[in-house]
Amino acid sequence: MTKFLDGQEIAHQIEQKFPQAVVDAQPEFAMIEADKLIDVCTFLRDDDDLDFTFLNSLTAVDRLDTFEIVYHMTSMRLNHLGSIKTSTSEREKPVVPSVTFVWPGAHLQEREAYDLMGIVFDGHPDLRRIFLWEGFAGWPLRKDYLNMPGHMAGLERFPGEPGKKLEGRGNVDA
Amino acid sequence: MDGEKVIDAEMIIGYLHRSMEKLAEERTYTQNIPFTDRTDYLAAMTGNLAYVMAVEKLMEIDVPERAHWLRTIMAELQRFASHCMAAGTFANDCGTWQTPVMHMIRDREKILDLFEMACGARLTTNYMRIGGVSRDIPPEFLPAMATLLKELPDRVSEYEDLLLDNEIIIARSRGIAVLTAEEAIAYSLSGPMLRGSGVAWDLRKADPYAAYDKVEFDIAVGTNGDAYDRFAVRMAEMLQSLRILEQCADMITEGPIHARMSTSTVQPVGDPVAPLVIRPPEGEAYARIESPRGELGFYIVSDGGPAPYRFHIRAPSFINLTPLKKMTVGATIADAVVVLGSVDIVVGEVDR
Amino acid sequence: MPILAEWYDFRDLGNAMGALQDQILDWGAPDWVPYVVSGIIAVVGILLWLLVSQIIFIWIERRVIGLMHNRIGPNRVGPMGLLQGVADAIKLLLKEAVTARATDKILFWAAPIAIFIPAMVVFAVIPFGEGMVLSDLNVGVLFFVAIGSINTIAVFAAGWSSNNKFALIGAMRQIAMLISYELVQVFAILGVVIMVGSMRMQDLVGWQADNDVWMFAIQPLALVAFIIAGLVEVNRSPADTSEAESELIAGFHTEYSGIKFGFFYAAEYFATFALCGVIVTLFLGGWTLWGVEEWVPGFLIFLTKLYAVFFIFIWARGTLPRLRIDQLMTFSWKFLLELMFVNILVVGLETLIWREQGYDAATVLPIFGVINWVLAIGLVFLWARMLGHGTPRTAGKRATLTQELGAIYYEGAGSPGA
Repeated sequence: MTKFLDGQEIAHQIEQKFPQAVVDAQPEFAMIEADKLIDVCTFLRDDDDLDFTFLNSLTAVDRLDTFEIVYHMTSMRLNHLGSIKTSTSEREKPVVPSVTFVWPGAHLQEREAYDLMGIVFDGHPDLRRIFLWEGFAGWPLRKDYLNMPGHMAGLERFPGEPGKKLEGRGNVDA
Repeated sequence: MDGEKVIDAEMIIGYLHRSMEKLAEERTYTQNIPFTDRTDYLAAMTGNLAYVMAVEKLMEIDVPERAHWLRTIMAELQRFASHCMAAGTFANDCGTWQTPVMHMIRDREKILDLFEMACGARLTTNYMRIGGVSRDIPPEFLPAMATLLKELPDRVSEYEDLLLDNEIIIARSRGIAVLTAEEAIAYSLSGPMLRGSGVAWDLRKADPYAAYDKVEFDIAVGTNGDAYDRFAVRMAEMLQSLRILEQCADMITEGPIHARMSTSTVQPVGDPVAPLVIRPPEGEAYARIESPRGELGFYIVSDGGPAPYRFHIRAPSFINLTPLKKMTVGATIADAVVVLGSVDIVVGEVDR
Repeated sequence: MPILAEWYDFRDLGNAMGALQDQILDWGAPDWVPYVVSGIIAVVGILLWLLVSQIIFIWIERRVIGLMHNRIGPNRVGPMGLLQGVADAIKLLLKEAVTARATDKILFWAAPIAIFIPAMVVFAVIPFGEGMVLSDLNVGVLFFVAIGSINTIAVFAAGWSSNNKFALIGAMRQIAMLISYELVQVFAILGVVIMVGSMRMQDLVGWQADNDVWMFAIQPLALVAFIIAGLVEVNRSPADTSEAESELIAGFHTEYSGIKFGFFYAAEYFATFALCGVIVTLFLGGWTLWGVEEWVPGFLIFLTKLYAVFFIFIWARGTLPRLRIDQLMTFSWKFLLELMFVNILVVGLETLIWREQGYDAATVLPIFGVINWVLAIGLVFLWARMLGHGTPRTAGKRATLTQELGAIYYEGAGSPGA
């Protein structure tokens, strides 16, 4: 059975090598400083206790004032799964170091994050749009893409459910 | 290209991009289940399964045992059907004029008849629900499956003998698109591509879900990492699927097929048979299964509302395409077709 | 009963033709008129037969391949789908013949014609019955080989003038294949011609009738090599790389549509018929069947054999995967050609011994046959083994089954496909 490594445990191991790298540590993930990302990832891949040689998934989440990049990694030898995150400092031109040279499997996934969210991966060998065509204006998967002012993507209430309105949401009617 | 040799290859995808991830943010969790049918449309059951497992992990629901067995049966039937298509079209890419495809599609039709019996649809099944499956199998399902299980192993062995021992297929696919084990792990490959390169990693054994910890089966690996080995791995996995199905048919239990969900997260709307409102607690979850193409994972972030905040599909076909340039450059154009056939992509999954 | 020399003996239509020629001369026409008239009638007859055969065989091929695929073939057009060929022909005639703007117009227009004519002309030397050869050339076999190579030029013209990268690749593949397999074809025929001593088609048939034996019983290797080389020459599976549908859309005839494509399609069928005709004449006894030709008309026997050989071609198409172009050429230059050299050597020696010592044919030919069969089978296996095929290393292998999770079974790259 694959053990899901506690984020706090991963954070503990990372902090021993890279003292200032960890920003936040939750049971589900460990949040890493963007500048130290490549060093931390190389350490995660090469360390014998963690041995995260296999990158499961690299994805980006739009948190309305920053972006979070989420990495899930697996060790096949030790059969455990762990997750780290990093976040960008600004929203208009988000830049994050690229982990393509640590895990080559990130190549296409980083291109997808760039294409749909607009996150620039510093150091990526071939950062281009992958699904949409060159010259497409905008970043579709962001929450404020093509919306009326004040409207964010999302569903505020279940179809047919009477009256509940959540804070900060627009007027999407089901 | 330089004559017949390929010098450079560039992958241009995105023609089937349907922005499922964005659309899913405006639909409830149950309404998103048909999306998962349509990403990997040749393996709809496994797509459904991965998604509902992610949401169940988020909500910490326990699924009843009969639902686990039904999910296993459907997933293995789907794996067999998908591999029929994959192996048949691979043989087609090697140059046979659709003879193996026709025979394998005929076997796949029998599986699709079973699906129609169970849930009414052949291709986009929409069978799994958050907390179980949508409907129970009719009484004639298990006897029909038993009839199939008597005749299919012989047919698959016949296909193995005809295709895997064929001189021309060996000549066309051996030594093509070789990836070493280290490369396969580094490129995040999964599924038959990873196992064809010799890495014995199967999520059904590593991280058992549904009823896979109760059945016995082997992992098929190749030794050379070429297109031929991936083909051989898929054929062997078909036989292993049949083995699992036999055990499931014996061991399936009676019981409810859907979990009773607590009222703290779920309230019925008006009429009791109307769909339930599902509001998972805030948080995130990543669940993955072994789909016929590789590791299919769903990363769901919830903000407490009826729709997911972030719905990300870790599509195996998309990530398996990462070493495409490396495999194609240097080979001839005839080999490029064989390489693509051995990756076994479904464009719906690549582009989502 | 033996064939009468009367015009009404339909078992050999040459008699009717001869009677017609005499009649025209009787009417006081100059000498060349009966020649021309009989020529025209024969040509029209052959063309009609070819076209009808082709239309029927479109249907037969698709039904037979459908049966091999475990499905019904075309069965909508006409009773049991019999009019499928007619429907295809009408469709091709009515379709718009799109010509791309950047093509080389003259070559583009000339290529389908250039490929169609040799396929028909070859039938001039194929004997359908005793008196039924349109033109009984002394060098009939050489004529067949020579006209068959015009195919190359036409295909290249088609691929080049299409101004399409993939069509050009298809055309280049075709030339490479044709050059490689032309030699094999000629050497296979050479073996037969040496043993018979004449290049005239009727002599070949006559030799097989006199000795009551089919040439393939004496020279199996030549027949096999000729069939393979022929398959390659006419672009049929397993050697249809120049029109490989899953790779190159349609190879050298990608840019053609409408009746121009119809010409390519028809020319492939005609060339296959011609090839089958030559195979039957050279190796399978032609229009003779050990005496049955006195009861059944010779041309019916010939046509039956021709259709049987064509069925084998259809069978090969439905069953075998396609070889890559460099594998095809390796096969020709490294395997078939060497076997053909040995074949020529052995056949030459045998013929020399036979002629010098003046042995009786009935005693010598069985010995030759046995020697040749043993040699053929032995050579094929030994040479293949020497080239690396058929060894355990290149044999098919099933996937390894294991229960160890996370173990690495990678062993290193196998040898690239030969």
